[in-house]
Amino acid sequence: MVRAVDGVDLHIDRGETLGVVGESGCGKTVTARSVLKLIDMPPGRFEAGQILWRGRDLIPLDQAEMNRIRAREIAIVFQEPMTPLNPVYPVGDQIAEVIALHQGLGRKQALEGAAEMLRLVNIPNPQRRVHDYPHQFSGGMRQRVMIAMALSCRPKLLIADEPTTALDVTIQAQILELMQEMKERFGMAIMLITHAMGVVAETCQRVTVMYAGKVVEEAPVEALFGDPRHPYTQGLIRSIPRIDRSQARQARLESIPGTVPSLLNPPAGCRFAARCRHASDICTRAMPPLKEVAPGHRVACVL
Amino acid sequence: MNAEDKLLSVRDLRKHFAIKGGILSRTIDKVHAVDGVSFDVGKGETLGLVGESGCGKSTTGRCILRLIEPSSGEVWFQGADVTRMDGEALRALRRDMQIIFQDPYASLNPRLKVGAIIGEALTIHKLAPTQRALEERVVQLLERVGLQPDHMHRFPHEFSGGQRQRIGIARALAVDPKLIVCDEPVSALDVSIQAQVVNLLEDLQEEFGLTYLFIAHDLSVVEHISTRVAVMYLGRVVEIAPSRELYDNPLHPYTEALLSAVPIPDPTVKRQRIMLQGDVPNPIRPPPGCHFHTRCPIARPDCAQRTPELRESGPGHWVSCHYRG
Repeated sequence: MVRAVDGVDLHIDRGETLGVVGESGCGKTVTARSVLKLIDMPPGRFEAGQILWRGRDLIPLDQAEMNRIRAREIAIVFQEPMTPLNPVYPVGDQIAEVIALHQGLGRKQALEGAAEMLRLVNIPNPQRRVHDYPHQFSGGMRQRVMIAMALSCRPKLLIADEPTTALDVTIQAQILELMQEMKERFGMAIMLITHAMGVVAETCQRVTVMYAGKVVEEAPVEALFGDPRHPYTQGLIRSIPRIDRSQARQARLESIPGTVPSLLNPPAGCRFAARCRHASDICTRAMPPLKEVAPGHRVACVL
Repeated sequence: MNAEDKLLSVRDLRKHFAIKGGILSRTIDKVHAVDGVSFDVGKGETLGLVGESGCGKSTTGRCILRLIEPSSGEVWFQGADVTRMDGEALRALRRDMQIIFQDPYASLNPRLKVGAIIGEALTIHKLAPTQRALEERVVQLLERVGLQPDHMHRFPHEFSGGQRQRIGIARALAVDPKLIVCDEPVSALDVSIQAQVVNLLEDLQEEFGLTYLFIAHDLSVVEHISTRVAVMYLGRVVEIAPSRELYDNPLHPYTEALLSAVPIPDPTVKRQRIMLQGDVPNPIRPPPGCHFHTRCPIARPDCAQRTPELRESGPGHWVSCHYRG
C-alpha cells in the first residue's frame, strides 16, 4: 500500500491563492484531487481525515451531492489541457454542457454563456471559436478553454494542478495573468499545485511545501522565500539558478543529494532525514510535528 | 572567434519536413523547422540554444549529428563538412559527437542491462580489446557519473529519473567525444535533481575538455551553464551573445519578452513584464519578412517585407532586428 498523502493538514482562506509545492511523488496532486474526490476508489481510499468545505465534511457525501459541489463551488484545471477535453465535440458544446447542467439553462442560452466565457478568457472571435474542436486550439488556448469551463459556474475555489507546466514561458505568463484577473473578477480562492518556485513566488499569498506525502513547511510567501526554515525548503530554493542575480553566476548550483524515498516503505521519522545535512539521531526516530515558529509560519523540523 | 578555436560551424542550415496529403500522398506543403541557421561553437565552450516549443532547436541539434538529414546547409566539424559524410567517415564522426536526450525513460533500451547500454558503443567502435577491458571501462564510467559499479547488472527501470540521466551521460562519455549535444537534459527532472545533473555536466566538461551544445527551454538553467547563448524563434536565430551580455542587455524584442516572462523565485522582486500577444505562428506558413513581426511590440510596416540579417552590434553580440542594436 502506498500512502501517497499521509496526514496532510492545510487550509485555504476565502479569496486567497495558496501554493502547494513539491517534487514528483510528494502527494500534491493526490491532495488536490482528494478535495474533489477525484481519486479512483478502489484502489484508492481515504483512511482517515476530513475535507471541510465551508464547515461541511465532503468525505461522507455521495456522488450526487459531490456533483453539486463540483464546478459550482469547487472547480479544477489540469496540467494537460487536451486530455480532459472531448476531441469529438466542439469546445463550445462542452462548456455549454457544464453551464446547462449546473445552472439549468437551455441549450441556446448555455451556448451563449460559453461564448461569453471564451471572451472573458481572451480568446479572439469567441462567437466563431465555440464551434471549433479542441485540436484546433493551441496548447495555451486550450488551457484558456479549460479555465473558461472551470469558471463558467463561478466557483468559489479553483484548484489548478500544474496549469502552466506543459506551456512555454511566454504563454505561461499569459495564463498566470489570466488566472489573476479571473480571481479578482470573481473573488474566488485558488489552490495552485506546482513544482515551480518562481510561479509560486509571483502568484501566491501563502505556500505549503510537501515532501514524500507530508507537509514540511507552511508560510506566507514572503516568509517562505525570505526565511525558509525547513532544510528541504532551503535546498529547493537554493538549487534553482536565478537569472536576476548576476553575482551568483558561474557558481556551482547547490543540490540536494540523494533521491526521494519510496512511499511503499517510507522511513520512520523525518522523511527528509536521509538527504538532510543537519540530520541527527532523533530525526530518524519520529516524524516531527508541524510547529508554529512565527505567525502563520509552521515547520516540521526538530531544528 | 578565430578559425582554430572553432570546433563546430553551422552555416545556413535548413530542414524542411514535407507534409503529405491526398490519396497519392503527394507533398502538399512544407514545415520550415530550421530555416537558415548559422552559428559557431568554440572548443571547450557551452553554447546554449534556447527558444520555445517548435522553434527548431532540437531539429538543429539532430541535423548536426545527422540523426535527421538536413535539407541544405553546411555543418563543419574539425575541418570536414558533416553533411557530405557517409559510411566510415560518418561512423568515425559519431565517436566525436554524442547526444544526451531529454527523456531518460525513452532513450534507454529497456531490455538491455546498464552495462550493455554503456558498453555498446565501445564494442561498435572497437574501443575495448577484451571483455575485461570493457567491463573495467564501464565501471569507471559509472563511478565517474556518480553511480555504483554493481549498477551495470541492472535494467533501466530500476533507476530513478536522475539516475537514468546519469546512465545517458555515461553512455555519451564512453567513446571520449569532443562535442556533446545535450537536448533538454534536465527538463524532465525535479529541481533538486536538476542541480545535481547540471553540476555533473559542468564537472565533466572541465575534466575532459568537452564542448556542449546545450539545448533547453529553461532560460535560468541555460544562463547558468552557457558561455554563449543563441535564441531561436520559428526556425531562425534571432540573437547570439555571451551569456551574461544577453541576459543583462537583450537587444531583440523577442529575447527581451522571453527573459521578462521567466518567473523569479523571490516574491520581493517586482518586474515589468512584456506580454507577448497570441501564439507562435504556424511554421508551415511563417510570416514574411521578420518572423517575429506579428507579435513584436516595436514592429513597423517594413518588418513584414524585409528579412533582417544577423549582424554584430557589439563584440560577439549578434542580433537580427531592423530596429535594435
